Amino acid sequence: MTALRDAFGKALLELGSKNKDIVVLDADLGSSTKTEYFAKEFPERFFQCGVAEQNMVGIAAGLAASGKIPFVASFAVFITKRALDQVSISVAYSDLNVKLVGAYTGLFNGRTGATHMAVDDISITRAIPGMVVLDPADALETRQAVFAAAEYEGPVYIRETRDEWPDIFNDDYRFKIGKGKIVRGGKDLTLIGCGVMTSEAVKAAEMLQTKGIDARVVNMSSIKPIDEELIVSCAEETKAIVTCENHNIHGGLGSAVSEVLVQRSCVPVRMVGIKDTFNECGTNPELLEKYEMDAPTIVKQAQSLLENI
Amino acid sequence: MANIDKNELERLRQVASDIRCSVVSMVKEAKVGHIGGSLSVTDILTALYFSVMEVKPEDPGWEDRDRLVLSKGHGATALYSALAYRGFSPVEGLESFGCIDSRYQVHPDRKKVPGVEVSTGALGQGLSVGIGMALAAKLEKKKYHTFVILGDGEIQEGQVWEAAMFAAHYKIENLTVILDYNNVQLMGDVDKIMDVAPVDKKWDSFGWIVKKIDGHDLGELVENLKEAKRSDEGPVIFIAKTTKGKGVSFMQNTCDWHGGVPSEEEFNKAIGELKDYGE
Repeated sequence: MTALRDAFGKALLELGSKNKDIVVLDADLGSSTKTEYFAKEFPERFFQCGVAEQNMVGIAAGLAASGKIPFVASFAVFITKRALDQVSISVAYSDLNVKLVGAYTGLFNGRTGATHMAVDDISITRAIPGMVVLDPADALETRQAVFAAAEYEGPVYIRETRDEWPDIFNDDYRFKIGKGKIVRGGKDLTLIGCGVMTSEAVKAAEMLQTKGIDARVVNMSSIKPIDEELIVSCAEETKAIVTCENHNIHGGLGSAVSEVLVQRSCVPVRMVGIKDTFNECGTNPELLEKYEMDAPTIVKQAQSLLENI
Repeated sequence: MANIDKNELERLRQVASDIRCSVVSMVKEAKVGHIGGSLSVTDILTALYFSVMEVKPEDPGWEDRDRLVLSKGHGATALYSALAYRGFSPVEGLESFGCIDSRYQVHPDRKKVPGVEVSTGALGQGLSVGIGMALAAKLEKKKYHTFVILGDGEIQEGQVWEAAMFAAHYKIENLTVILDYNNVQLMGDVDKIMDVAPVDKKWDSFGWIVKKIDGHDLGELVENLKEAKRSDEGPVIFIAKTTKGKGVSFMQNTCDWHGGVPSEEEFNKAIGELKDYGE
């Protein structure tokens, strides 16, 4: 297992060695976001902005306006809240080719607590016109998402999870913006996960199997644009959906999936995620359990959903 | 007294007069817009686009062009007029300003108007973007210069000072800021709303080279801005003393004309004065 933030840092370094137009900006968090790997190798293309995220995002916009491909990394809370006007206007409204990276997402932020925990970054960025929103599920997909973002022409927001999480994909996998992936077949219901909650959903599916329930698992790492056709086919084929996200249940993956379903194929939905609360310090397993987002919770939600249909 | 040819000065004065007339007409027709702050910045834009900056109107994306970021984006009518008269777009299109489907939005949209470098209007953002452009020039070893125009109400925004710190820290000498210091903002005089003085000392303490100029003396503007472009010292800020609503007597020095729309009578009076001012 690789820590996803290391996968991100190494991917950025690799990308930088292949493409001289890649530039990286940091607001004094490079050792946390792992932009430090790029900084060490390509100091002339790395811009340290100090604790000033609004200025940093604006500078990235200026670099993009001049043909560069900036990756701007900070904690997700600061990229999407402290610098939201800049993200919205200097980047998105101006249609500039900036790649925003939000680290320390949802519950899992190395025990630094609520001020550093983004529970709402998906809902915020989803609502920015033209913004692509990605939440990679494992180390391999993180690397591919970085490359895909660089190739894509336009603003992108990537969630960068901090720690080690189980590998889901092997080298055959090809991440594509706008495409989800069935990672486990099944017919009784579908668990749709994004980011590291996909691996929690996989665990839940295995537990459900022992109870005679055959759960399909989908990785929906591209939240915007979202794979509408896959969501609709899962709804039509399995008739019930549980969404699993490392994010507030308001406005994130669950909402995005529901938006598709209410318009195309109404089936019952349960949402597993942060229940509209700020969080606290704790280890990842402790937080998963306390905030009812772990595999056993997903199992309970799935069972309850099926019983009530 | 600035060293500028008399005929050149006269040409620039005429352009500035045309731009001012255009500003007042656009706002009157659209019934929306920011006359005061557009008239105060007109001479600065005239000096930049018609003398100082190297641009190619037929090729707005020319890689080696000098850049101008109008961070105080509500000066849009002056910017659009300057760009149109300079040849970036037809002058005849300006009357669609503020209308549905118009390329001329009330605040500049980079996607719609050739020559507009970034979409501004949300104050405080342009200096950061200008810094990014200047950094790109250094990376590419290009000689183009980046100019950023800030408003005095605008420098109440914290982001401006983040950007100021950055530019000084990295000694960004291929960037020049002009502060349109007219001392009037939307709700009243700047020194009553949220005093930014002493502006010169503030920028100096942030590590900038500070110069004071008359923001309506075209000769002085041209000479100083050309020198800033040539110089390898920086970053430089010109604190340009200006008058809100400059050129129209009843529009000067009052917040009423920050966003006010002239009546037919006021419009006629304004145009009359501006035509005299140009002569």
